[in-house]
Amino acid sequence: MRSLEVLDPGRYALVEDLGRPGYAHLGVTPSGALDTVSLRLANRLVGNPSAAAGIEALLGGLSVRLTASATVAVTGPAVPVSVDGRSFGSHVPVPVRAGQSVSVGTPSTGLRCYLAVSGGIAVEPVLGSRSRDVLSGIGPAPLKGGDVLPLGEPGIPAGADVVVPVRAPAELVVPVTLGPRDDWLDDPAGGLSAWWTVTAESNRVGLRLDGPPLRRAVEGELPSEGVVTGAIQVPPNGLPVVFLADHPTTGGYPVAAVVRAGALSALAQARPGTRVRFRMS
Amino acid sequence: MRWRRCGEDAALLDCESLEQMRAAHAIVSAARPEGVVDLVPGARSLLVIGGVAAAKTLLDDADLRHPPAGEPREVTLDVRYDGEDLTLVAEDAGLSTDAVVELHTEAVYTVAFTGFAPGFGYLTGLPERLRQPRLASPRTRVPAGSVGLAGEFTGVYPRESPGGWRLLGRTSATLFDPHADPPALFAPGDRVRFRAVR
Repeated sequence: MRSLEVLDPGRYALVEDLGRPGYAHLGVTPSGALDTVSLRLANRLVGNPSAAAGIEALLGGLSVRLTASATVAVTGPAVPVSVDGRSFGSHVPVPVRAGQSVSVGTPSTGLRCYLAVSGGIAVEPVLGSRSRDVLSGIGPAPLKGGDVLPLGEPGIPAGADVVVPVRAPAELVVPVTLGPRDDWLDDPAGGLSAWWTVTAESNRVGLRLDGPPLRRAVEGELPSEGVVTGAIQVPPNGLPVVFLADHPTTGGYPVAAVVRAGALSALAQARPGTRVRFRMS
Repeated sequence: MRWRRCGEDAALLDCESLEQMRAAHAIVSAARPEGVVDLVPGARSLLVIGGVAAAKTLLDDADLRHPPAGEPREVTLDVRYDGEDLTLVAEDAGLSTDAVVELHTEAVYTVAFTGFAPGFGYLTGLPERLRQPRLASPRTRVPAGSVGLAGEFTGVYPRESPGGWRLLGRTSATLFDPHADPPALFAPGDRVRFRAVR
């Protein structure tokens, strides 16, 4: 069996693919890689279909050993990558022989590195996806040293792409559409266009922000309603939470606006301290 | 009814009542227009993810007073009524604990919507006399299978979790198993009954 052994998961490493949309009516969140752009890119570099499962490593620090020859690629923010101690960059396909180890360093910007291996991580899918959903505990457990993950059969590598690694910026301007509950808040467009700071309480469920609190225009309880990924929910303290892939499927606080899908990958790389403002679009 | 924008490819239908939401859900669910990825019922709303234009067209012409009469699935759960809050619920309702159990088992419930956790259904149809607020301070651990009530709803905790519902008892039924088909015992629209067992 082609497989990969986890030598060191680093701070927090999860198996993620493009998630399991379509089960929200049962209370199951879509989950999947937070930075889908980077996961798709890593898959492309190693000749996988874009939906193949890879490893999402928070702040890198991941080391794995391969039991079979394979092509690997690491994407996300620029990060050092080495094979048996020999340095390669990120964002390039790297050939690895059976028995060799791949180590991912710590990125100087951004948060989440993605490791793709030719053939993809082939653990048993749950509800059609191999993603770990941290909110519900569905999918493969967070990786630990000694874990052995099966790999699928590699496809035909597409040939090397030349990719410029991204730097996660210290300031982000994020396009949003107002609604569905902007009328529950006092000047939501103005309030959201202020500078907000990403806090350390952020995780795969939501990006928490600190700044000048938004004020409610309507008091009272909102009956529970469905929410989408990218929803900017405003709890009673007025500090917005941007729902990321592992968000609850329904919520009882008003959603002032929704982040455009194309901007979610940048938010997935926003470290605590990053400044964010929202632009109505 | 009013549609509200919810990002680029989703929309939230505000409904006047739970019944109207159920009708809208039944219509879109039965037709399942092209592009609809998910339909998420809420207490007074229906979230349509993907295929919004098709869902709007469908509902603009629909008679919500006469939704398609689907055959709802019926689920009966055996419950041991020995919950931690049974006495509290009885006291607040001015009833004996036996009378609480009787009321709770006589009613036929409907899964209105889900959320909170995979497989957790908000069940409507709770008798008026049993409607009580959530606990003032939620428990940090509610065991899996706990049957509780809060406001106009009753429900069952699919797995151990924190929670503030008043607990009447426990069932040994599996509410959610991602490897089962269907994965969740409760889906919106299902009918549910509880049966008391010793």
